[in-house]
Amino acid sequence: MSEAYAHPNYVKIWIWLLVLLGLSVSGPMLEIPTLTIITAFGIAVVKAFLVAANFMHLKFEKKIIWFLLIMCFCMLGVFFFGVAPDIMMTEGDQWIDCIADKSCVEQRL
Amino acid sequence: MSMHGPVATHRSATGVPTGRLAVWWLMASEIFIFGGLVACFILFKLNGTPGFEDASLTSLTAGAVNTFVLLTSSLSVVMAHAAIEKGDRDKSFLYIWYTIGGGFVFLGIKAYEYTGKIIHGHVITENLFWSFYYTMTGLHALHVIGGMVIMALISFDIRKGHNYQRVELIGIYWHFVDLIWIFLFPLLYIANF
Amino acid sequence: MSQATAAIQTDTHAEHHEELNFLHKYILPVDHKVIAMQYIFTGLIMAIIGGYFAYAFRMQLAFPGELVPFYGLVGPGEYNMLVTNHGTIMIFWVAMPVLIAGFGNFLIPLMIGCDDMVFPRLNRLSYQIFLVSALVLIASFFVTGGGFGGAWTAYPPLSSVAEYSLTDWGASLWILAVALEFVSFLLGGINFVTTAMNARAPGMKMWDIPIAVWFIVIAVILFMASVGPLIAGSVMLFMDQRIGTSFFLPSGGGDPLLWQHLFWFFGHPEVYVVLLPTLGIVADIITVFSRKKLFGYKTVIYTAFATGGLSFVVWAHHQFIAGIDPRMANVFVVTTVLISIPLAEMMFSYIATLYGGSIELKTPMLWALSFIAAFLIGGVTGIYLGASAVDVYLHDSYFVLAHFHYTFFPITIIGMFAALTFWFPKMFGRMMNETLGKIHFWGTFIPFNCIFLPLFFLGLAGQHRRIYNYNHFPDLATQELQNIRIFATVSLVVMLCFQLVFVYNFFVSMFKGEKAPENPWNANTLEWSIPSPPPHGNFKTLPTVYRGPYEYSVPGREMDYWPQHVPPEES
Ligand code: HEM
Ligand SMILES: [Cu+2]
Repeated sequence: MSEAYAHPNYVKIWIWLLVLLGLSVSGPMLEIPTLTIITAFGIAVVKAFLVAANFMHLKFEKKIIWFLLIMCFCMLGVFFFGVAPDIMMTEGDQWIDCIADKSCVEQRL
Repeated sequence: MSMHGPVATHRSATGVPTGRLAVWWLMASEIFIFGGLVACFILFKLNGTPGFEDASLTSLTAGAVNTFVLLTSSLSVVMAHAAIEKGDRDKSFLYIWYTIGGGFVFLGIKAYEYTGKIIHGHVITENLFWSFYYTMTGLHALHVIGGMVIMALISFDIRKGHNYQRVELIGIYWHFVDLIWIFLFPLLYIANF
Repeated sequence: MSQATAAIQTDTHAEHHEELNFLHKYILPVDHKVIAMQYIFTGLIMAIIGGYFAYAFRMQLAFPGELVPFYGLVGPGEYNMLVTNHGTIMIFWVAMPVLIAGFGNFLIPLMIGCDDMVFPRLNRLSYQIFLVSALVLIASFFVTGGGFGGAWTAYPPLSSVAEYSLTDWGASLWILAVALEFVSFLLGGINFVTTAMNARAPGMKMWDIPIAVWFIVIAVILFMASVGPLIAGSVMLFMDQRIGTSFFLPSGGGDPLLWQHLFWFFGHPEVYVVLLPTLGIVADIITVFSRKKLFGYKTVIYTAFATGGLSFVVWAHHQFIAGIDPRMANVFVVTTVLISIPLAEMMFSYIATLYGGSIELKTPMLWALSFIAAFLIGGVTGIYLGASAVDVYLHDSYFVLAHFHYTFFPITIIGMFAALTFWFPKMFGRMMNETLGKIHFWGTFIPFNCIFLPLFFLGLAGQHRRIYNYNHFPDLATQELQNIRIFATVSLVVMLCFQLVFVYNFFVSMFKGEKAPENPWNANTLEWSIPSPPPHGNFKTLPTVYRGPYEYSVPGREMDYWPQHVPPEES
């Protein structure tokens, strides 16, 4: 069942992952929230990519698998941005006080 | 090569072996399950829902150690795959059990964390943050347990000389569980504001 | 030399086909055809339950407060429970298992020319989970408080707070059953997709796959891509119910709208999940019975992709008046109206296939044609609803109800009968009785229209859904409107009676019908190249494919069909 492809050096990848882990943990120590976000999530993405490409052998996988995974994230993006306006923008709760609305109502009256 | 099961199982029109293709589809559906949950979490968090500042109460050390454990177990499961490719069953068996050991350490730390939190009154119903915390880590822990059980079964299987390809398949799954954690870690432990 | 290898191959094959005992053949099967039967029969039994519920609540609407024969009194809570579970059963336990799991299991390996699914035991497992989910759902009717009554959409807080729904355990078992069903279909779906991608017969390229297989696979992919967030959501809802979290409760910081989004992000693709298999089945039937090549085979598949893609960006048209952001509502109006373009194109392709064909009105063809006719009405009324301004008035009225029954009934019931009558000879090795089949067809199709056409008018008159007794509403309690309700109910009873014809025909033909030849309809696809019913392992020698599935009436050939597995003649 074995297919012939050159293996990446797994231990080297692992060391890289640990270095990144160290970075993401020390990120918050600088106490700059924006930087924390960037280090925390940026590094998570890099780590995820390293694991996927090397350990999961995505590097050697057929294009169709890449396509499949990328589609997944696109769909999740659609979900997120479709829902976000409702969950995150609460100005609708105060439409009663909305100026445009008020003037509109007054005009009618 | 012995032929088990129907001919269908041994065909490969795409060029990707059937087992691996199926595991990728499984991963795709898992991405949606976890992705949906994480998306909901992010929505509430960005919305400034009260309670999410409790993220500062989670233990960064415990989370970081657990990340380390999972990353290392990922290394050992991929080593198991490399070993079985060379036909070295015993070494592969050993590496699989290192991975399972990693799973146990992970769950132990998790249990310790849970106990500490519950003792301090941070139960699942306290607020939305803790609801998400327990749901997400709990679902993840279930995946860890499932992976450990399957891995144990596979380890005995390959020692008898069957189904070598399954080491790679469980490996992909295990890395995926690792990946989920890589994202849960900053979400629940680092981004505490 | 080559003979020797052939001998070895037949040997391994023979070993594979050893006789199985009853337990392994019927109770714990791994053969895809037996599993298909399990799904189909389970689905049909659930359809009887769902139909019985519909009978009970329609009787209550026509004759409010009176004793319903064969049922008893329908109280308000019970009415809600009946409506909720009718909807849930028909979508998740009838349409999905019969059309996707049942016919998917039966058709995919046969049509792509292999001996089984790629993971036979996973296949069995997914049926078993499905069966458990059905049993959990049925159990939920009998717990204290009765079955869940918060509508198949299960909006919180009604569904998550026991004091509101008054069905403490009913609600939890309901969500549990639905979640189990999702898991079962995820496992089954992975199997289907992998099989269709990897296990095709040599020579069968992408564009040689029959539309039925294509569409079932696309449907499964849509399902897999949309259900994930809802699985997470149902875990959250379950915890809201049982543990006391408040993911969807504003009092604890949660958001009920979030559930609606999770539900409809799945719910709208889901309607295409059940639609596509039927469209595929219909495509196969109309080509066979009009002896013509499918018009625009590739176009039809591309439109399915377009529909599938678009179906992910229309979900909020179910929430126009739920308090969603009006700017988003605009976006969703546009996408909703857009989605009718690929669907319309597909319909045109089907109609163009009929044009100039030598049409033979056998029972399956009648079902297929009536599907197109009825579905068109459903689709067109959907466009009305997609305009948010119109929807403000029509939302949750009987107009919506009639709209989706004009889509779901053709898909589920008509599609199921089309497929059953078409593949019956292959499944059971006997022919069905044509005359009885036609009686059943007309006895179903005419009453179907009599039930649902009037409901459009009731909806326009302002009749709201999910109300158990209209006598409480003076505007709606008029005799005129009541007469329409009675007419619809009587039509339903007539339709249900005609189903007995089908049951009789089905079972008598199964045992006493005329023996079916290999290829009774002179069709091209691979399943018609083997004995009816196919033996364990399907093909004596696995076939090779030489051409697409719709080569009917090819000029210059004396036969008007050209099976996929027949090698081209040497010239
Ligand atoms: C041409 C394409 C279609 C369009 C534009 C369309 C549009 C709509 C809209 C706007 C609604 C919401 C109405 C409301 O609640 O106020 C709706 C409801 C519904 N549609 Fe469609 N639809 C289409 C096709 C379908 C198909 C193919 C199916 C089924 C297979 C379907 C099943 C449903 C169901 C079940 C509901 C009601 C859900 C509920 O509230 O319980 N629709 N449709
Ligand atoms: Cu919709």
